[in-house]
Amino acid sequence: MTTQRLYGVRGWTILGLFSAVVFLVFPIFNLLVGPDSAVHISTYWVTLLGKIMCYAIVAVAMDLIWGYTGILSLGHGLFFALGGYSFGMYLMRQIGSDGQYRQPMPDFMVFLDWKEFPWQWWNSDSFWWCAMLVIVVPGLLAYVFGYFAFRSRVKGVYFSIITQALTFAAMLLFFRNATGFGGNNGFTDFRRVLDIPIATPQARMALCAVTAGVLIGTLLLGRWIVTSKFGRILAAIRDAEARVMFCGYDTMYYKLFIWTLSAILCGIAGALYVPQVGIINPSEMSPANSIEIAIWVAVGGRGTLAGAALGAGLVNGAKSFFTQAFPEYWLFFLGLIFIVVTIFLPQGVLGLLERIRKRS
Amino acid sequence: MKTLITIALCLLSFPAFPQEGKSIEKLAFGESDEKIEAMAALVASGTVKAAEILQALADGELNTSGKRVLIVQGDSAVDAVTGEKLAKVPEDKEDIIVNNRVRRELGGAIAALRLVSPKVEVRFAAAKELLGSAEPAMLPLVRKALATEANAGVKALLEQIAATLELKAEDRATRLAAVQQLASARNSNTKTLLIDFLNKEKDEDLKSEARKSLQAIEGRLAWGERVGVAFTSVSLGSILLLAALGLAITYGLMGVINMAHGELIMIGAYTTYVVQNLFKKTVFFDWYLLAAVPAAFLVAAAVGMILERTVIRWLYGRPLETLLSTWGISLILIQAVRTMFGAANVQVENPAFMSGGVEAITGVVLPWSRIVIIAFAVFVLVLMYLLLNKTRLGLFVRGVTQNREMAACVGVSTARVDTWAFGLGSGIAGLAGCALSQIDNVGPNLGQNYIVDSFMVVVLGGVGQLAGTVYAALGLGFANKLLEAWQGAVLAKIAVLVFIIIFIQKRPQGMFALKGRAVES
Repeated sequence: MTTQRLYGVRGWTILGLFSAVVFLVFPIFNLLVGPDSAVHISTYWVTLLGKIMCYAIVAVAMDLIWGYTGILSLGHGLFFALGGYSFGMYLMRQIGSDGQYRQPMPDFMVFLDWKEFPWQWWNSDSFWWCAMLVIVVPGLLAYVFGYFAFRSRVKGVYFSIITQALTFAAMLLFFRNATGFGGNNGFTDFRRVLDIPIATPQARMALCAVTAGVLIGTLLLGRWIVTSKFGRILAAIRDAEARVMFCGYDTMYYKLFIWTLSAILCGIAGALYVPQVGIINPSEMSPANSIEIAIWVAVGGRGTLAGAALGAGLVNGAKSFFTQAFPEYWLFFLGLIFIVVTIFLPQGVLGLLERIRKRS
Repeated sequence: MKTLITIALCLLSFPAFPQEGKSIEKLAFGESDEKIEAMAALVASGTVKAAEILQALADGELNTSGKRVLIVQGDSAVDAVTGEKLAKVPEDKEDIIVNNRVRRELGGAIAALRLVSPKVEVRFAAAKELLGSAEPAMLPLVRKALATEANAGVKALLEQIAATLELKAEDRATRLAAVQQLASARNSNTKTLLIDFLNKEKDEDLKSEARKSLQAIEGRLAWGERVGVAFTSVSLGSILLLAALGLAITYGLMGVINMAHGELIMIGAYTTYVVQNLFKKTVFFDWYLLAAVPAAFLVAAAVGMILERTVIRWLYGRPLETLLSTWGISLILIQAVRTMFGAANVQVENPAFMSGGVEAITGVVLPWSRIVIIAFAVFVLVLMYLLLNKTRLGLFVRGVTQNREMAACVGVSTARVDTWAFGLGSGIAGLAGCALSQIDNVGPNLGQNYIVDSFMVVVLGGVGQLAGTVYAALGLGFANKLLEAWQGAVLAKIAVLVFIIIFIQKRPQGMFALKGRAVES
């Protein structure tokens, strides 16, 4: 068995073009070209791009677990939100005394008349501690949940449904004020990150660039995993798990590794998402959000990684367009995507392009 | 009839006190404190006139004109003190201002006077209202009512009211009698009263008596609570069962992960709404449910069959794809309903026979709407059982479920059976929607609230098992309500979800798994 190359010439070219757009075109036309110029890229577009790239990271993580390993998670929104909340704690502490009540505690705690931070907030004014939580919290939850689920060989639809129950339960938990994360308002009104004001175009551009870096890193890491021998076993698990087991592999640890990694990637995406969008609340954990992640992957093309990222871009681009232009038709459109893609485009957009290329 | 009431009331009443006129004037012109004092005096007199005047005050019919106090009803005015009829309503009449504090007292005072009403139901309701909120000034009136009361139920209540008031008496023997009397009480107000009493009382004998009474009440209250929790549990269980029964067919028997199941429930609820509107102006309004039930079934079944023919058919054997595409369907259905009926909730009214409730024990009211829904769930369950086990369609459905190829070989048109079975499951979801419309808000998001729950029921009960679904629904209902009484609604729900997640680890096939040896399906 020959090991595959990471990317062919075409792959590297596309990746290079993408990097050039994010790292050169956007900063130049956003920061250096004045807002009066016709080619100026406004901060709205920078934030939108950053947001969609966060979604793309989630989609790639989802593709690893669904497209390559055949496990459909309906709870990835939970890991995304947990990463967001972990980093959100730090952002809340960075507000300092600039909140509405001019007090060192976050506004919602003043509102609830809390005198000191609950235990979850321990050390939350440290960037590195919160950055660690971004990885550890989703990772640990995924590991524990996955360990028990995979050990008792819960699979297929059952696994999907209990992940959905998990995120639903977490959403109810975070809606409570007593949980200590701001109840249904969540965290918002951020001012600074690393003591730098967050609302300036420079800060926005920097966050966008960091997100792009993480996305490219995620794509390369994912590609490296799926082209390795480990990745072959993942695909084998997807296609015939029983046979893999009969060959002597303990499939549980393969699944557990990729499942936990996927959750961690989602957590990082969530942490990048929160400072750019400026809000995190429990509705991010709603089952509907998690199912939407699956459709990004399906639209782009399962088991392609780049396709997943593309799908996240296409669906969310369409969402931004529809919710502004025809808000009442967005759900019709999204629903149709779900149906059309599952019935007519099992390989997604990338598969469609491939078919067209082969025919010509 | 009116004269009769008047005579009856006169028989009850003391001769009018000379100071009654003064009380009325104080009521009309005094400050709040004086008003309340005057009210107490009027209540103590217990006369028909007192009742009339207080009622007039509550209705805003008591007016002042110069120094006179008048009862003004439309065009007629009567002097409240002398009873003299005035020729016309004076121009300078002024309303009597009743502030919140006075109004609160007024309610109690009117209730106290209702104790001497000739109607048993009125007296009973008044006695219940006063239980726990009676003022010491009402004691003479209560005693008087007690002396003439013939109805045993009202009498028992009155005795308790008297006892609660006599707890504060100077005389030790009276207090003792009161404490012993209260042992037969059933409400929580009396419990607090007794606890107060225990804190204040010095006499040890009396204290031990009070403790005994308290225990008796607590025991009774605990029973009431248990009955209440049991009933709400069964009620929640029946709702979960209704929501999950349709899914037990489409998912449990056919293996279709129908994420649009909740929206089929919603369609049933909206069908009920439409039928209700058709009946609104007619005299048959109370019977609209008789039309709504079959309508909800047929509409939801039709939508389900269309979905099966157009979408789900192409995805048999690919459960994850089915899940995604049915989710897409659910989004479209939600938006369709939003476009047609608006995003806000719509009003579905209960027919008259479903409002109100029946009182099982004192303090525990079982709403009729819930009772009807429990009965309806049983009805649907029986209907489904008969359909699946006694009809030809049921035989085919079971055959196709167990062995599709073999069923096809012996001439069953499996594709048609699929459509009918999916229609049946969807129709039952519609029935659930019709039932839910009576107790829940009907809005585009109705279905989303039930989808997770109904999947939990089916998964917990075990796929392909009707009995499992019933046990799981009732079990979840009880678990939810018991935990709710202990830890609050949200934590209860979370605990139940976590429990299910853990349970599936242990028994991945549900409580009542079909036994088999397959490594994977």
